[in-house]
Amino acid sequence: MQRHSPARTLARLGATVSSLAITLFGLVLVTFFIGRVIPIDPVLTILGDHARPELVERMRIELGLDKPLPVQFWIYLTHLFRGDLGRSVMTSNLVVDDIKLYFPATVELGTTAMIFATLIGIPLGVLSAVRRNSRLDQFVRVFSIVGHSIPIPVLGLISLLVFYAWLGWAPGTGRVGVAYVGMTPTVTGFLTVDALIAGDADVFWDALSHLMLPAAVLAYFSMAYISRMTRAFMIDALAGEYVITARAKGLSPARVIWRHAFGNIAVRLATVLALTYAGLLEGAVVTEMIFSWPGIGQYLTVSLLNADMNAVIGATLLVGFVYMVLNLLADVAYRVLDPRV
Amino acid sequence: MLTRRTLLTLTAASPILASEVFRTSAVMAGTPKGVVVMAKQIDDLVSGFDPAEAYEITNLEVVPNLYRGLVSPDLADNTKVVGDLAESWTVSEDGTTFVFKLKTDARFASGKAVTAEDAAFSFQRAIKLDKQPAFILAQFGYTKGNVDDLIKATDDTTLVMKLPTAVAPSFLLFCLTAPIGGVVEKATALAHEVDGDMGNGWLKVHSAGAGGYQMVEWVASDHVTLDANPHSGKPDQPRRIFIRHVPDPSAQLLMLQKGDADIARNLTPDLLKKARADKDLTVVSSGQAVSVYVTMNQSMPELQKTQVHQAIKWAIDYDGIAMNITPNMYSVAQGFLPPGLPGGMTDRLFKKDVAKAKQLLAEAGFANGFEVTMDVPSSAPYADIGQAVQADLADIGIKVTLVSGEMRQVMTKSRKRGHQLALLPWGTDYFDPYSNSQAFCENPDDSDDGKLRLMAWRSHYVDKELNDMSLAASKERDNTKRMAMYREMQLKFAERAPFAMLLQKIASAVMGKGVSGFVIGPQTGFTQYADIRKA
Repeated sequence: MQRHSPARTLARLGATVSSLAITLFGLVLVTFFIGRVIPIDPVLTILGDHARPELVERMRIELGLDKPLPVQFWIYLTHLFRGDLGRSVMTSNLVVDDIKLYFPATVELGTTAMIFATLIGIPLGVLSAVRRNSRLDQFVRVFSIVGHSIPIPVLGLISLLVFYAWLGWAPGTGRVGVAYVGMTPTVTGFLTVDALIAGDADVFWDALSHLMLPAAVLAYFSMAYISRMTRAFMIDALAGEYVITARAKGLSPARVIWRHAFGNIAVRLATVLALTYAGLLEGAVVTEMIFSWPGIGQYLTVSLLNADMNAVIGATLLVGFVYMVLNLLADVAYRVLDPRV
Repeated sequence: MLTRRTLLTLTAASPILASEVFRTSAVMAGTPKGVVVMAKQIDDLVSGFDPAEAYEITNLEVVPNLYRGLVSPDLADNTKVVGDLAESWTVSEDGTTFVFKLKTDARFASGKAVTAEDAAFSFQRAIKLDKQPAFILAQFGYTKGNVDDLIKATDDTTLVMKLPTAVAPSFLLFCLTAPIGGVVEKATALAHEVDGDMGNGWLKVHSAGAGGYQMVEWVASDHVTLDANPHSGKPDQPRRIFIRHVPDPSAQLLMLQKGDADIARNLTPDLLKKARADKDLTVVSSGQAVSVYVTMNQSMPELQKTQVHQAIKWAIDYDGIAMNITPNMYSVAQGFLPPGLPGGMTDRLFKKDVAKAKQLLAEAGFANGFEVTMDVPSSAPYADIGQAVQADLADIGIKVTLVSGEMRQVMTKSRKRGHQLALLPWGTDYFDPYSNSQAFCENPDDSDDGKLRLMAWRSHYVDKELNDMSLAASKERDNTKRMAMYREMQLKFAERAPFAMLLQKIASAVMGKGVSGFVIGPQTGFTQYADIRKA
């Protein structure tokens, strides 16, 4: 097997980090300038219609809006390096603190959905490929197309209607029932984990039950994509010569499918999974709105509606950063799984 | 290691596990006893709950439940106020000195008695902090420099408010009903002072009032929790109010029907229809002090003549808009004071009359019409209203090009006088007719340096007679005469002002089974959660 020299590995790492830094800088630049050139006056948004002109001018200076745009950007950049994303007008909190509050909710929802989607999507995709054109395959394909075609708002509302209103299996919206709000000390920000840390089984089960339906809706949407991609990759792999050879050698079908064929699609699948997960962590805005889930997607949307630009830029940077990091991890996974890369 | 068998087992088990978790939760349905759960869109909550700063709709609804003012609006007669913390008050002959005698039984949530010193501190604090709603008090001439001398407590129960110049007594009293008139416990606010902020940072997310409730927690875009003030003197009030942010109206109705919410606040017209058909639910509605209007910028030559203003007003199909686009959400209101406000006008002065509108346009010298742009917020229902107005004006030859934008974008453009026509909403700042008469009629300095920059200024509308009438009405001591003045102003305004007043917002709420006592008034501050009852 080919081994990379430490120098080459370091060079590649350096290139990757540089690329990440440049992309992030580009994101900051674009987001900042869009935030500044939108035709909404942030000062009037804060002070309102009756603000005296001198007060408006004072606020403009306080916010640094009287300075040229490049100077404003430089100031923002220097603050950013210190981890200061400014203060949210909406919540009056530091944007960093808001992100600590809202992002865990999105991670908890997105990760749960990802687990569901992976556990169901991959086996379905594999089975569908192995039994190509069978009834099972047709069912999986229809199931996937439906999942990917129905808009999330419709799916969310139908699921609420069926599982919450009609069957009564699922609780309503929100992260936890009214009776349990504020009962668990925040440690990680993941309510289910915090409830376990606090040893509060009631809160844990309630939080878990609230998590299930939105996670299932998101999972169905993502699973549809994962199973379709898995199926396509597997069909391709199963036609490979090495699979024919493995079969000719008399290996069991399970070993041929999972060890030889699936093993070879793992690289491409890692990218699909990473990008899907990144999509979920970007903030499943619509799902969060329908299920009243206080995540980063909802925070970003509400901030945008309130012209709270520090919050908008901060949350956008976080989302962009997460996307880039997961892309990077997919890249690393690619290299680990396939040393030829 | 994750084997294929484990993987398949987990896959097969996951729906069962999920349904088990769902079943566990189903047992928990229903709101807890003594707790009122309100499903509401609360994404407008900005800057917290300090009465000196709160200024958005939901903030302004919550704050009067945390703080009591000296006086409050009379729900039975909207031209009067009634004492709240104040037992009585007197006004000097010259109209510049108000003396309030406070009740002795009012208690803050801390248990301490409300004193005149707390009231004086609260008003002084509001002026000194100079936040967004400070103008409501500052318009009486109070400044950071004089407020300590002009507003004083002479003993525990006597508050003296002196005014630099006389105003209509009802004007000051109505302004004191605004949330900025809420009395803050001085000791508590100062105990949490940071860098001279008089407790502003702390009071954004806590409370120090004598209202029915005290603030427990606010998580933006998630929930607000209020607990009953044990000293409010209302033992039957719900012990907790939990306002949950539920952005989706359909989800609000589902929660209500399942018993997971007691009150739903943002149902759309079609959902309200369903709620009305459900015998377990009760719908309450009220017109709000929010108007929707079309403004015509006087910097555009084609829009300057009175006949053009009249032509546009006679061209619009008000009933068509109200019935087809905004049923149960907005009703027709053609005065600058919508019904429900003191001086509110119910008269129907205009209806669609194409022939009359065309004739007026011809008299103005535009028999063939003209082209104009109209800025319209892209959100519902403004986009649809904009299209209806566009079609109506097309009938008389005015070709309107719609310029759609996000609400704040359209408002920013209008504030900078960049529009030609604009379709906008206006929410009354405080429960007194002067709020709207000043906004729509006063423009003492039309230059770019003008200090009063409300609707008249933004559309370059200068009308000295209406400007002076508005000022005179704000000083009229006889309240009956004062209300008559506003009526006269509104008739003149309808005749010649470059504003077509179209609609008044209607707010509705739906109470679940066994819930009663939820009241919606013309302004958000009328809603007292302590009056809600739950079987």
